[in-house]
Amino acid sequence: MTSILTNLFDGVAYGMLLFVLACGLAVTLGLMNFVNLAHGAFAMAGGYVCMLLVNQHGWPFFAALPLAFVSSAVIGIVLERVLYRHLYARSHLDQVLFTIGLTFMSVAAVDYIQGSSRVFINLPAALQGQFDLFGVGIGRYRLMIIVICGLLTIGLQMVLAKTRFGSRLRAAVDDPRAASGLGINVPQVFAFTFAFGCGLAGLGGALSAEILGLDPYFPLKFMIYFLIVVTVGGSSSITGPFLASLLLGIGDVAGKYYVPKMGPFVIYTMMIVILIWRPNGLFGRTAAR
Amino acid sequence: MNASSDVGYHAQRQARWHYGEAAFWLVVLACGFLFPSRYLIMTDILRLALFAMSLDLILGYAGIVSLGHAAFFGVGAYAAGLLALHGIINEPVLALIAAGLAAMVLGFATSFLVIRGVDLTRLMVTLGIALLLEALAERFSNITGGTDGLQGIEMQPILGAITFDMFGKAGFFYSLAVLFILFLLARRIVHSPFGLSLRAIKNNPLRAAAIGIPVNRRLIAIYTIAAFYAGIAGALFTQTTAIASLDVFAFDRSADLMLVLVIGGTGYLYGGLIGAVIFRMLQEVFSTITPQYWQFWIGLVLVVIVLVGRQRLHRWVLYVPNLIIKQVMGRKAVVAVPESDA
Repeated sequence: MTSILTNLFDGVAYGMLLFVLACGLAVTLGLMNFVNLAHGAFAMAGGYVCMLLVNQHGWPFFAALPLAFVSSAVIGIVLERVLYRHLYARSHLDQVLFTIGLTFMSVAAVDYIQGSSRVFINLPAALQGQFDLFGVGIGRYRLMIIVICGLLTIGLQMVLAKTRFGSRLRAAVDDPRAASGLGINVPQVFAFTFAFGCGLAGLGGALSAEILGLDPYFPLKFMIYFLIVVTVGGSSSITGPFLASLLLGIGDVAGKYYVPKMGPFVIYTMMIVILIWRPNGLFGRTAAR
Repeated sequence: MNASSDVGYHAQRQARWHYGEAAFWLVVLACGFLFPSRYLIMTDILRLALFAMSLDLILGYAGIVSLGHAAFFGVGAYAAGLLALHGIINEPVLALIAAGLAAMVLGFATSFLVIRGVDLTRLMVTLGIALLLEALAERFSNITGGTDGLQGIEMQPILGAITFDMFGKAGFFYSLAVLFILFLLARRIVHSPFGLSLRAIKNNPLRAAAIGIPVNRRLIAIYTIAAFYAGIAGALFTQTTAIASLDVFAFDRSADLMLVLVIGGTGYLYGGLIGAVIFRMLQEVFSTITPQYWQFWIGLVLVVIVLVGRQRLHRWVLYVPNLIIKQVMGRKAVVAVPESDA
């Protein structure tokens, strides 16, 4: 019984992490219908920035996390203004090729600068180990992830639902043409959201170094996970990707624990079954219209 | 002249063999005699060309973007390897066809997933299938040899007469023959009414359905055929290199394949062949500059190609040949890439 709860806890932590990593992609796909396979590269950038700050410059872990966010967001906005925006109107094939190219470049560049081995971030002692809560083993680091990601999710939901920017963004997602007709600066909204999504990915990358493992091949390894979150969750709301991430996280952890022999198949099978059942994703509208 | 005979006239004109095409194949054949020390790399290019032609069938003609075409390549490779290793089918040509059929079955089974949904779903499903197969191959390591791959494959003589030699001469001509036969078949397919209907689907699926083309059935058919081609390419890989390892399923292989096709251009069958030559040469150059990080340059090439624009790039490349044709023959350019976006 307790092992079930521990697994559930780990799965939730894993899923929340995936959500923070992938929700930027959901917006990119939903808002501009842009297939960005290089999303993992932004996450990796954040992770490496955090690693360098903590390990080599002695920054405290919690001070390095915001920097991971900022650096990925800055890289994101620069690339968006310089490169990405030229490709919004192009075919999906072009977008796929372009972003695969970017991914390859990022993988080789990080490999060149930092070497190909997995890197670890030195965690403060307060985050290591686990404690018992009514007999359920709770990892401190995972608890922190759940807290941070949970707060982020609530914050995002509030921003989307309550603020002026949120309603602009939702209007732009629903119908970019009508939104710009109403005087909403859709490219600006998009650039900001893109940067924010990249920042979240960077934060997720920094947090995931401990759980998912951070090495130069990160963008390629987790590309499929991000795509699953977005296609299964859809992009009409933030809840869709969120639930999809939780499902994926819990499914993956449980699969690896209970049927270790079939480990990687669990999520792929889940994905295929869901797509046969609901080709346009579990929750509402399709991501790419 | 009514509309239908007009269409037939243009389709037939396009389907006719041009001098350029005959010259192309003669040059390829001549390479086999001119560079006897380069058989291995040339065989590699032929395999890649066949594989790229397979992707061209679904991408260039049907507009299906696939990120996991290596799945079929891998199934073909392992099928050919296992058939030879356990002596089930010893004769390479028969084994080749059997391996192709194995990939074809998988292609048929997965095509139902692929035709559902939009581009993004397709990307994910194709990528997912390739990853799933890679995981399966790793899991059932008692059959596939796991990360070590299949080893100790002994190939029997082709048709019981031609043995595979050390220098890869037999392998080269064998691959060339396979490529040429499959090319003829593909050429026939894309110029048939079936092929024309595929192009209609690619341009506008809704309109195609409205004029009575069974869209889904056509897509399933071409996807299955493309899987057969990819399986054959994979089987050739195993037969000519005598190994099959897990990296046949790797994502890099599918991504590189897209680059090959993009370099060569989609939708006229020669794109894969030309692209394969250029891609391998680029790879050679890049790995002499920075042996470990050539992937960076491959990525850069992709980014630049997309930013410059594929159509513009092909216009630049064809500018000089077209100018010469115009000057010498005094007529409008005949060398043109019928490129349209997928």
